[in-house]
Amino acid sequence: MTPPAVEVKDLTRVFEPKKKKEGKSVRALNSVDLRIERGELFGLLGPNGAGKTTLLKILSTLLLPTSGKAYVAGFDVEKDFNAVRKRINMVSGGEISGYGLLTVKENLWMFTQFYGMKSAVAKQRIDEMLVEFGLADKKDEKVRTLSTGQRQKMNVIRGFVTDPEIIFLDEPTLGLDVNASKIIRDYIVNWVHSNENRTVLLTTHYMMEADQLCNRIAIIDDGRILACDTPKNLKKLVKMNRILKLDVTSLKDTAHFGSLPGVEQFTFQDDAEKSQTSLKFILTDESAVNEIVSEVLRKGAKILSLQKTEPTLEDVFIKMVGKGFE
Amino acid sequence: MSWLFFDITLPLLTVSAYAYIYKYMNSPPEFVGFVILGGAMTAFWLNILWAMASQLYWEKEIGNLSLYLMAPVSRMSILAGMAVGGLFMTSIRAAATMVIGVLIFGIALSFAHPLMLVLIFVVTMVSLYGMGMMFASLYLLLGREAYHLSNLLTEPIYLTSGLYFPVKALGFWAAAGASIVPMTLGLDALRQLFYPGSGSEYGFLPVNVELAILVILCVAFLFLSKYSLDFMEKLGKTTGRLTLRWQ
Repeated sequence: MTPPAVEVKDLTRVFEPKKKKEGKSVRALNSVDLRIERGELFGLLGPNGAGKTTLLKILSTLLLPTSGKAYVAGFDVEKDFNAVRKRINMVSGGEISGYGLLTVKENLWMFTQFYGMKSAVAKQRIDEMLVEFGLADKKDEKVRTLSTGQRQKMNVIRGFVTDPEIIFLDEPTLGLDVNASKIIRDYIVNWVHSNENRTVLLTTHYMMEADQLCNRIAIIDDGRILACDTPKNLKKLVKMNRILKLDVTSLKDTAHFGSLPGVEQFTFQDDAEKSQTSLKFILTDESAVNEIVSEVLRKGAKILSLQKTEPTLEDVFIKMVGKGFE
Repeated sequence: MSWLFFDITLPLLTVSAYAYIYKYMNSPPEFVGFVILGGAMTAFWLNILWAMASQLYWEKEIGNLSLYLMAPVSRMSILAGMAVGGLFMTSIRAAATMVIGVLIFGIALSFAHPLMLVLIFVVTMVSLYGMGMMFASLYLLLGREAYHLSNLLTEPIYLTSGLYFPVKALGFWAAAGASIVPMTLGLDALRQLFYPGSGSEYGFLPVNVELAILVILCVAFLFLSKYSLDFMEKLGKTTGRLTLRWQ
């Protein structure tokens, strides 16, 4: 029987400070259990400091767990790290790897040699992928001349060119424009679907990205997995709740909204430019709408728009974590 | 290519100062040759301290270290590649310093034992860069504080390794202690080979003995570099500082 792509059992990782006066220890992962089957495009959603990158570092053999076990392609990341390394690769958002003095093609070729790829095969694959990512005209340019988006495309090529069984993508579209992000997302989806033995573990801040791409998503916060299911099933967790969105004129005092009867969760966002405040409520009781509207008017604001919506992944996230992304 | 000018001219100025001191003092003619050879060797020591030793640290800072450590490739091979690159670039500088120094000061060198010359040079470089590979792991652990170590080891080693004078002048035990740096014995042996007959008066140990010790140092430093690399990696993975920047 083929082992799962990733299996994590009761995984804990604690970081101790270098010096005692630097502060307390940090429990980045707390008894995490996770199983990712082969062929999945699996998403890991969580705010900053949730433990996403720590988990990826353990799975990619860059970090040892404090306790618990982690297996990649059936191999223990602690004991069989060489076997794991042959089967994986990782790409991080904002990565600045490589050497600025080398050309794009030289950089990519160099990294393929670490994975034992035959030089001729590597060069051909690099050429094909450069075309696919729209970087063919940059192949002989020095890496230091690339823009941020081009650099990240090159990083993504570096990750996929070795054709790993499992690839870890840590916010691969971070800071990229719409076009660059779309090219990368489309590639990821096509790649994982073209071979049932390929698996992607993707961490992202972009709810839409996770919702559209992932077969399953785990929501992580404070080192714990709060929920793990398909996007559709996760949204059902807030199905009984209604989502109410109001745009009102600038509202300074939002103190009491969260404690109104029928309100389960409340977030707001100020737009100083438009002199507007956007209020978002997850309601357990639809009758709370009246009270909310009355409260807005009592505070002297005007309602610019009111909208009731179906739950999105962001709503699931807010329900689980209690806050939106920073 | 401006680096070529600065990398060759500046060391030559230091070497020239010593050479003119020896000429002014009517020292034996081989002393100027010793100084030229020592000047060429400084290039390698500086490369070890300021490039090779901090290689892994800088790879971490620019984001490559995690990719190297995640790859199914021998860590020693990565360091060895960096060592070969550094050795190649430094050899150009050292050779240029030597050739120009020889021409300017009219030095006559003997090439009576070319194979031995090459052997001594190769073994010296392997053991020296093995030491550098060991330093690379140490510097990664020390982080930015390691630059103080580089400063500490630059000038004192010039003195104790006899870069500008025969190390024998320091006395047996001081010279023996300094021999832990492969450059000490390597330079002494090269001087004896380039100036046959000078060994009895200016050489520290017979060339064959120095070669044997250099081979031992070679094995020792390569072993230590492998051990320290494995230790550094395991410690880094346990503490979580392996890829942490600005440490």
